[in-house]
Amino acid sequence: MIATLVRRLWLAPVLLACWELLARAQASPYLPAPTRIASWMYERWFSGPYVLTEEAVDNFVPSLVRVVGSWSVAVVAGVALGVAIGRMAWLSDYVDPLVEFGRAVPPPAMLPVFLVLFTMGTQVQVATIVFGVVWPILLNSIDGARNVDPLQLETAAVFGVPARLRLLRIILPSASPKIFAGLRLSVSLALILMVISELKGSTDGIGYLLSTASNNADMPGLWAGVVVLGVLGYALNSLFLMAERRVLTWHRGARRTA
Amino acid sequence: MLEIDNLTHVYGPGSPNEHRAIDGLKLSVAEGELLCIVGPSGCGKSTLLRSIAGLITPTGGEIRVEGKLVRQTPDNLAVVFQDYSRSLFPWMSVADNVALPLRRRDMDKRARREAAQEALESVGLLGAAEKYPFQLSGGMQQRVAIARALAYRPTLMLMDEPFGSVDAQTREDLEDLVLKVRGHHRMTIVLITHDIDESVYVGDRVVVLSKAPSHVVGDLRVDLPGPRDQITTREHPDFVRLRAEVGRLVRGVDVATPA
Repeated sequence: MIATLVRRLWLAPVLLACWELLARAQASPYLPAPTRIASWMYERWFSGPYVLTEEAVDNFVPSLVRVVGSWSVAVVAGVALGVAIGRMAWLSDYVDPLVEFGRAVPPPAMLPVFLVLFTMGTQVQVATIVFGVVWPILLNSIDGARNVDPLQLETAAVFGVPARLRLLRIILPSASPKIFAGLRLSVSLALILMVISELKGSTDGIGYLLSTASNNADMPGLWAGVVVLGVLGYALNSLFLMAERRVLTWHRGARRTA
Repeated sequence: MLEIDNLTHVYGPGSPNEHRAIDGLKLSVAEGELLCIVGPSGCGKSTLLRSIAGLITPTGGEIRVEGKLVRQTPDNLAVVFQDYSRSLFPWMSVADNVALPLRRRDMDKRARREAAQEALESVGLLGAAEKYPFQLSGGMQQRVAIARALAYRPTLMLMDEPFGSVDAQTREDLEDLVLKVRGHHRMTIVLITHDIDESVYVGDRVVVLSKAPSHVVGDLRVDLPGPRDQITTREHPDFVRLRAEVGRLVRGVDVATPA
């Protein structure tokens, strides 16, 4: 156990040590040592009464709320629309070209548009994130719902499974491996878009901290923002994978024996 | 119980790939009967079954189940499909798979669970209720599909080559299971198979279909002493005679055509 951990993780401390040595030898303001970044982070963000300082709470919490909230909106909208489009041929005939166009637009391109359309602040960020992450969810939901095994639907028809249950117990679970593939993409995309949308036209958030640190040429502050984002991304991804593992147990089992 | 009159089904009528699967098929099944339908592969067996189940609308003729014209799936009809790995829902436990169709019946959760348990017990799978289909062997999965049909308490059970995807030993066990459960549940069974021996062993009556466009070419009553047994029934002179007769009918078209 410990041996495998050491074998898997030895590189990170070695690299950090090299960085530390190099930074101390150079003593350049543009290359702060990891220990300096860590102490900067502690002083500014983690030395508060309940660990977090006021600055940390005022910026981390809005970012977290935005990314989780917008992602959730995109999930609900993407899955609901995707399943509807996937199950209704006439609807997909109408909207397929729109979907193809929408997914092809690079999500950050919409930020300037939303900056004009909406009042500064949360509206812009939510719009940017939702618009950016909804496509992989939508496309995968369409694909999943469209490819439900016909025999499963025939079985449901033969046994008179009511429409509501057919959706909840057959179509959604059957599409869920695909849907989760889309969600996995959308989690990392949501974080990217959160940062981008906070860099410009925002007055709080981790992206805002990064942008002010950059304006002040505050190198430890910049690196600290990057570290926090890395940790946040890792945590969100791990949470997501845990949920996926639970929901798709049957899928992995069925694939193993198939 | 089941009346099929002048049934005709053409796939893609008018198109260059037009395929006449069934042509003027007449058949009548009495209540409580276990009818086996055999025919050469590619004859309209599955089309026939899907028409009875209301999954496709035949292009001509009429099907009545309990006197009512079939337009969509009749209320008290259950189907056991050949491909159990696709017709069972892999994301549901065995018990949930069996209980799902009961949502249509006027039963509360507890009653549904009890009915599912009972059906699983009658196919010898009580211990597997909480397992998932992928944790079971093919034969056991098909037992689950049979349990699901039984729990539904159909008056008519259709089986589409139900033992076509399992090994020989399991196949015999499942044949005997069908004979056993039909004794406990009063229902009519129509079993489609391409296995001549199986049709004679399991059926009260065997109907032989021709190649597509298929119609009935033989209709034989199976009067074998019961209870049937995999060894003694199969060596009974009547069994041997009947299987030869069915075999000739199935191959009939080939025999009649001079080489």
